[in-house]
Amino acid sequence: MSIVKAATKAVAYTGNSAVAYAMKQIDPDVCAAYPITPSTQVVEEFSGYAADGEVSTEFVTVESEHSAMSACIGAAAAGARVMTATSSQGLALMWEMLYIASGLRFPVVMATVNRALSAPINIHCDHSDSMGARDSGWIQLYSETVQEAYDNIFQAVRIAEHETVLTPAMVCLDGFITSHAIESLFLIEDSKVKEFIGEYSPKHSLLDIENPVTYGAMTLPDTYMDLKHEQSRAIARAKDVVVQVGKEFGELTGRTYGLMEEYRLDDADVAVVVLNSAAGTTKVAVDELRRKGMKAGLLKPRLYRPFPHEEIREALKGVKAVCVLDRADSMSGFGGPIFTDVRSALYELPEKPPVVGRIFGLGGRDFKVKDAAAVIEDLFKVAETGKVDALTKYIGV
Amino acid sequence: MADSAKKMPLGGVIEKAGSADDYFTGDWRKLKPVLDGEKCTNCLICWVMCPDSAVIVEDGKMVGFDMEHCKGCGICAVECPDKIKAIDMEEEVS
Ligand code: SF4
Ligand code: SF4
Repeated sequence: MSIVKAATKAVAYTGNSAVAYAMKQIDPDVCAAYPITPSTQVVEEFSGYAADGEVSTEFVTVESEHSAMSACIGAAAAGARVMTATSSQGLALMWEMLYIASGLRFPVVMATVNRALSAPINIHCDHSDSMGARDSGWIQLYSETVQEAYDNIFQAVRIAEHETVLTPAMVCLDGFITSHAIESLFLIEDSKVKEFIGEYSPKHSLLDIENPVTYGAMTLPDTYMDLKHEQSRAIARAKDVVVQVGKEFGELTGRTYGLMEEYRLDDADVAVVVLNSAAGTTKVAVDELRRKGMKAGLLKPRLYRPFPHEEIREALKGVKAVCVLDRADSMSGFGGPIFTDVRSALYELPEKPPVVGRIFGLGGRDFKVKDAAAVIEDLFKVAETGKVDALTKYIGV
Repeated sequence: MADSAKKMPLGGVIEKAGSADDYFTGDWRKLKPVLDGEKCTNCLICWVMCPDSAVIVEDGKMVGFDMEHCKGCGICAVECPDKIKAIDMEEEVS
């Protein structure tokens, strides 16, 4: 039985304020950031904490997100614990540097407040920003609620800095839906936060002139691939660390986290797979349909990179049909990214359920309970007839 | 689990200063410079121009090449004055 040692009084916070508050409690050595909607308040409030001396963080204002991530990388090379936040175009502008942070194995932690990518320009939620970074070698944790976003930030620090991982991590939460909505939040006491995250002790520091090292040296065909192999194995190891850290976090707060959340999935005939806030909406639809006797279930991946393919396969084994909802289109002509990943993971099953992909909610288009219910009802038709009329399609258009 | 992978330094960091000297760019060579000491006037243009500092000079005289670092680019052969042409690039036989 876990003993809840932390404060149990709820406060009302937006997702952005919760993330900024978590960053304040972590008190990183360096934060280099450039504000962008809808993650602006994370940077704004954190810069307030820095200006008021509530953190000891060196807060670096930069002229772009490319510079923000570059400064984070430079600070990480110096041995600092580094955090930042961004959204959408900002993340896209960081693209080059994302790969450098992960390739150099710097455990930078970043809040990614999900927003659509241009063009056409749009400030509202979808996952095209973080999905575009899914192969950048960053760990990706997704958050349904303000509480999950807050909790994930602390865990991301532990996961990224774990000696077997040493890989940057981003915590994703839905722009406006989660970033600007006020929800009740259980804060963790500062002392408990400190105890949980511990000290970061990097192996090297560029500022250690007694022991000079070279970062970012040229590598050629005789070494590049070996380094990528090590990086690939390191991010794969993050999966076990996520579970271990999630368990420890549960011991501290009573809120245990795993690789995914399974909602009424045990005896489900059909399952919907969806990330972030839309999972909350879908849970309501699952409950409604369950009341009508329809056994629907939900799988909400929390860790998306590395992709927990074995666990997802195990969780979906036995369902008669699966619908993967993507809030991003990979423009591959074959649906969204989670669809292809989940479908590929299920290929190992001796009895493969039909798996359909649906793109929803782009650029902040509403995804309501009735939309989730319609998805599930269609899924029952697929399960009953075995017929799939559209393997992938947009819904809500 | 058996693991035959090479152990690499974290993030490709190089822990030793001045270690470029240990990297044998000579491995890249397809052509090798061959000096004709009879023709050479020791003008040292090749020594100035070699991008890998692979021309060995002793007591102000050009004495040969550091074949661990000479990558066979042929710049020395081109830059050796036209009237002299003391360096030939020859096929590397492995
Ligand atoms: S071939 Fe190129 S690298 Fe080799 S000695 Fe001549 S100039 Fe230097
Ligand atoms: S450039 Fe030619 S002549 Fe001059 S030192 Fe080199 S090999 Fe000798």
